[in-house]
Amino acid sequence: MDGLTMETHRHPVGEAVIETLNLTKSFGRLMAVDHVNLSIREGEIFGLLGPNGAGKTTTLSMLATLLKPTDGTAKVNRHDILREPDAVRRSIGIVFQDPSSDDILTGRENLYLHALMFGVENTIREQRIIEVLRLVDLEDRAKSLVKTYSGGMRRRLELARGLLHKPKILFLDEPTLGLDPQTREHIWQYIRRLVDQERVTVIITTHYMDEAERLCDRVAIIDDGRIVALDTPESLKQVIGGDIIRLRIKHPTLSPIKELKYVVKVEQTDGFVLLTVKDSSVHLQEILSLVGNVESVELRTPTLNDVFLHYTGHEIREAEAEGGFFERAVRARSGKG
Amino acid sequence: MTELEGLYALWYREFKVFLREKSRIISSLFTPLLWIVVFGGGLGSSVSLGGTNYQVFIFPGILTMTVLFSSIFFGLYIVWDKRIDFFKEVLVAPLSRLTIFAGKMLGGCTDALIQGGLMLAFGVILGVSYSLLTVFAAIVFMLILASATVSIGLVIGSRMESPEGFNLIISFLVFPLFFLSGALFPISNLPPWLHVFTILDPVTYAVDGMRGIMLGASTFPVAMDLGVLLAFSAGMIVIGSIAFSRMK
Repeated sequence: MDGLTMETHRHPVGEAVIETLNLTKSFGRLMAVDHVNLSIREGEIFGLLGPNGAGKTTTLSMLATLLKPTDGTAKVNRHDILREPDAVRRSIGIVFQDPSSDDILTGRENLYLHALMFGVENTIREQRIIEVLRLVDLEDRAKSLVKTYSGGMRRRLELARGLLHKPKILFLDEPTLGLDPQTREHIWQYIRRLVDQERVTVIITTHYMDEAERLCDRVAIIDDGRIVALDTPESLKQVIGGDIIRLRIKHPTLSPIKELKYVVKVEQTDGFVLLTVKDSSVHLQEILSLVGNVESVELRTPTLNDVFLHYTGHEIREAEAEGGFFERAVRARSGKG
Repeated sequence: MTELEGLYALWYREFKVFLREKSRIISSLFTPLLWIVVFGGGLGSSVSLGGTNYQVFIFPGILTMTVLFSSIFFGLYIVWDKRIDFFKEVLVAPLSRLTIFAGKMLGGCTDALIQGGLMLAFGVILGVSYSLLTVFAAIVFMLILASATVSIGLVIGSRMESPEGFNLIISFLVFPLFFLSGALFPISNLPPWLHVFTILDPVTYAVDGMRGIMLGASTFPVAMDLGVLLAFSAGMIVIGSIAFSRMK
């Protein structure tokens, strides 16, 4: 397991701000989180990547002291989540998966109430609200009711709110769930901006491969409540050991291919052959000449999806019907009044 | 200090939402006005009780009803807030559960009192005469009743996952509480079986107390009404705090 805690190269790393010790949560017989040991360092963007139901949100809820673990514990900013839940809460910010801002209040009122509840001192309250509004570019809309905001704006407001009381750690549960691709890109920029400007450690959960890959310094792959791999996205992808060549072919000749030294892995599914190949651009010609009559070729570098498949034997299904962030906000409110 | 500011924040939120959602105010005043104007007016045209106009006689009862309904249904908003993550945001704040409960409860009492106050003003049109002392005493009674029934609503709301479930439970509770309270009839000449139920209903003492204050015609001494209500309120607040501290 030593290889799993390699240094990240994108960010200077500080000391551990979160350490879990056999953190476990079971609901009856279901092991939602199964003896998880994690060490998350100051200043990094750390991703928990896994399919729905893998235990990401449960892990987050335990770290935020919203759920009690059935076994094990964790230290968050040196405070034990079991013995000092109040100290933990004061030192963290959290943005939930579902919308959590009040849409009958304005953006500014939402922030003001949060500042009061989280004990932001009144001498700096006003200034801090302006600061975080500026950070997410919402100064102009601060006085509008949240129900007039777009899904992305609500998300930004919630990011700002999570940061209001200057937490050392910010938890983001599926920060871009249900947002359109362009908005997601924006949210990622904002998250990076706040890591740079506020020097906060960010822990996100996601089931989006691209989000983990492009946003996170280190990624823990979680499946069935267990951490199956943990490293920088680059190092994780190196586990695959080469590039992926996908051939569409009816009658492949695979035995000579399997002999080749630079071919790491050969997989055959109906109508397709998947090869993992070192230095693929150099060897592509030879492979094509040996394999037979190819209908089409696709060459790509491995993604975290391949890594996930490698470790778990199945893919993350992204298209699960959860509905968009905004739709859920509207749906949950619509019966009211 | 943080707890006090948190308390203020929770109350302020409820108050703001209440003021912005005008439909809450209108819908909660509509039913009591129907009772007073249509039921009271209709029955009152052929019935009078001991020389008192029936409409005036039921007015303290309907006032109690306004407070009872709006405060107990306040718990429904917690169910809504829980459906997505509005309420988690409050639970994750570094505030004690007691503060969260107190903030919600005071918010609910404020809503109920505003609605009660509007009904009180309507009483002037009906011809009920108030002194300043009457108004003050009525507000005290409404506040104590509201603190108890908001707590009931919050306890049930904190346990329920769906608004349908909440409504089902509450209608089993709120209608007996109202009809048995003697809001619509005098409780002095009831058959024994009904009498037992009315004296067991804590809302009876709110109606009786208000009737004593406004019309000078109570069945029990007003001090006793006040005492029973205070005990009821204290009990419900304790249960509410416990329910909130156990809530996930």
